[in-house]
Amino acid sequence: MSIITMREALRQAMDEEMARDKNVILMGEEVAQYNGAYKVSQGLYDKYGEKRVIDTPITENGFAGVGIGAAMAGLRPIVEFMTFNFALQAFDQIVNNAAKMRYMSGGQFKVPIVFRGPNGPAEFLSSQHSQATQTFFAHVPGLKVVAPGTPYDAKGLLKAAIRDDNPVIFLESELMYSWEGEVPEEEYIIDIGKADVKKEGSDITIISYSKPLRYVMESAEILEKEGINVEVVDLRSIRPLDEETILNSVKKTNRCVIVDESWPFVSVASHVGWLISYKAFDYLDAPVELVTSEDVPMPYNHKLELAAQPSVDKIIKAVKKVMYI
Amino acid sequence: MINIKNYDSNLLKELLYKMILIRRFEEKAAQAYGLKKIGGFLHLYIGEEAVAVGSISNLDMTKDYVAAAYRDHGHALAAGLDPNSLMAELYGKITGCSKGKGGSMHFFDYEKHFFGGNGIVGAQIPVATGIGLKIKYNEEDGVVLCYFGDGAIHQGSFHESLNLAKIWNLPVVYICENNHYGMGTDFRRVSAIDDFSIMAESYAMKGKQVNGMDVLEVYDATKEAIEVAKSGTPYLLEAKTYRFKGHSMSDPGKYRTKEELELYKQKDPIVSFKELLIEHNVITEDDYIEMDKRCKKIAKDAAKFAEESPEPDLNELYTDLYV
Repeated sequence: MSIITMREALRQAMDEEMARDKNVILMGEEVAQYNGAYKVSQGLYDKYGEKRVIDTPITENGFAGVGIGAAMAGLRPIVEFMTFNFALQAFDQIVNNAAKMRYMSGGQFKVPIVFRGPNGPAEFLSSQHSQATQTFFAHVPGLKVVAPGTPYDAKGLLKAAIRDDNPVIFLESELMYSWEGEVPEEEYIIDIGKADVKKEGSDITIISYSKPLRYVMESAEILEKEGINVEVVDLRSIRPLDEETILNSVKKTNRCVIVDESWPFVSVASHVGWLISYKAFDYLDAPVELVTSEDVPMPYNHKLELAAQPSVDKIIKAVKKVMYI
Repeated sequence: MINIKNYDSNLLKELLYKMILIRRFEEKAAQAYGLKKIGGFLHLYIGEEAVAVGSISNLDMTKDYVAAAYRDHGHALAAGLDPNSLMAELYGKITGCSKGKGGSMHFFDYEKHFFGGNGIVGAQIPVATGIGLKIKYNEEDGVVLCYFGDGAIHQGSFHESLNLAKIWNLPVVYICENNHYGMGTDFRRVSAIDDFSIMAESYAMKGKQVNGMDVLEVYDATKEAIEVAKSGTPYLLEAKTYRFKGHSMSDPGKYRTKEELELYKQKDPIVSFKELLIEHNVITEDDYIEMDKRCKKIAKDAAKFAEESPEPDLNELYTDLYV
């Protein structure tokens, strides 16, 4: 198995799907001639040409809507947002058209479109360029929302997203593009809606997804040395949510910490916390603890910036609180 | 100057017939609304029939497409959607064109290439542009007619879409139906210009302002616009029209004068076209009466069909959400 970056894994997924299906196109700012702002689409323009890898002007609402119309009419567009911060410009098209078109047409339309790009806190970018948007999208019925935490998952999930006949929000954490991981040569698909137990354990469940998964794994290693055996559940897919894997793990360990980069108020984390309290209440030995970003816009100052986000230290403290130690 | 002898008489009759059908259908819908059989917003198209009929009559709906906004009844009927399924949709019945989940603002027919019905002002403009992208991508011989009101022309989605359509040379004809009022606001109060067709120049397209109360003028202008759009340059048409009713059924329309309304009623697109056809011996008064009776019956039958159709089963609540 080769070791490649997340960036390369995503590129391979798009390349393989574009080679497989001529209806798959890629569009967005700088995706073609510039080879991608984050170089995820590097080489695709040379390989597939300007007809299939399309540079757009800086018009998120417009090109998101164009992608939706093209998807309704039979193409399978991948729409790259240079960052998901800019996707808020396209929020109307994503929420009011992509998500609802099938329902409000009585099931006549499929909208096979993937909206993808970097998401989540980055570094030194302040509040408009550094935020986790998953909760905004996860709220909307009709969308699927996916956030991989490893290159392996990223490739398999992106291929699934491109083949999906529903609109998929595919969130790539900005700082993860250069992270490396094992990715097999042979083709594989990871079904959307299946969580993955990244580490088995018996004392406590930590639930996370996307970039914080790395901090969770580091925390688990440290806790292991202290004699605390952690089970790590990686959601991978936020909507649909794999409730079964979550609940089975909590029923086994009886304790849970949820780590989420989004803000705490009505968030992915708070929803999962509610789910556990509702469906596994009798199994809990302690209240579920959340480790989220602080409830503030992201500050520029690095010390404040780091303090605003989940960290290994915060995760360990939360675990100990839930363990009553 | 339009010379009526240049038109096939069957086409002329068809144009008149479709306009009457829209008028009678909507009158029936308004009546049902008064009886609380239909709820929500009901944005009537009465007075504007010449725009949808004049333009869509140029299309072959097996290869061309229509995207409309929330005042979509006229476009749907002009595009050949079944009046029964449209009325049933207004009644929220399972037999409706969108299974009762869309209502007045969300008429859809995938097979007939009718891509909405969109309730967000301007949101259909990028979508229509995307349909144009698909036509070009697959090298098909088709065109998209995209309708929006004078209110939507100020939206960013309009600007973004026309720019994209031009840089990619997409076969889209953008049709601004200027009925003078964005809800209760006179377009002259909120628009820097009073001839929207000149906005085409900003995108290196051709634009034209037409009399939207004249079905033949709309027909001819759209025909020309479609040719240009298919040859690779999208087109912007502005049809100056007028709605005889309020913005929706809840709007008494007090922001305009009786004199102004009366003036436009004198230009009723159906009455004036009917008189033109009689004058030129294309139809007789009796032909018109017969046509009108036929349309009234279709509207009445549609209401009966809607009335007698079943409600969606409660388990429909969770269907059609995902594929």
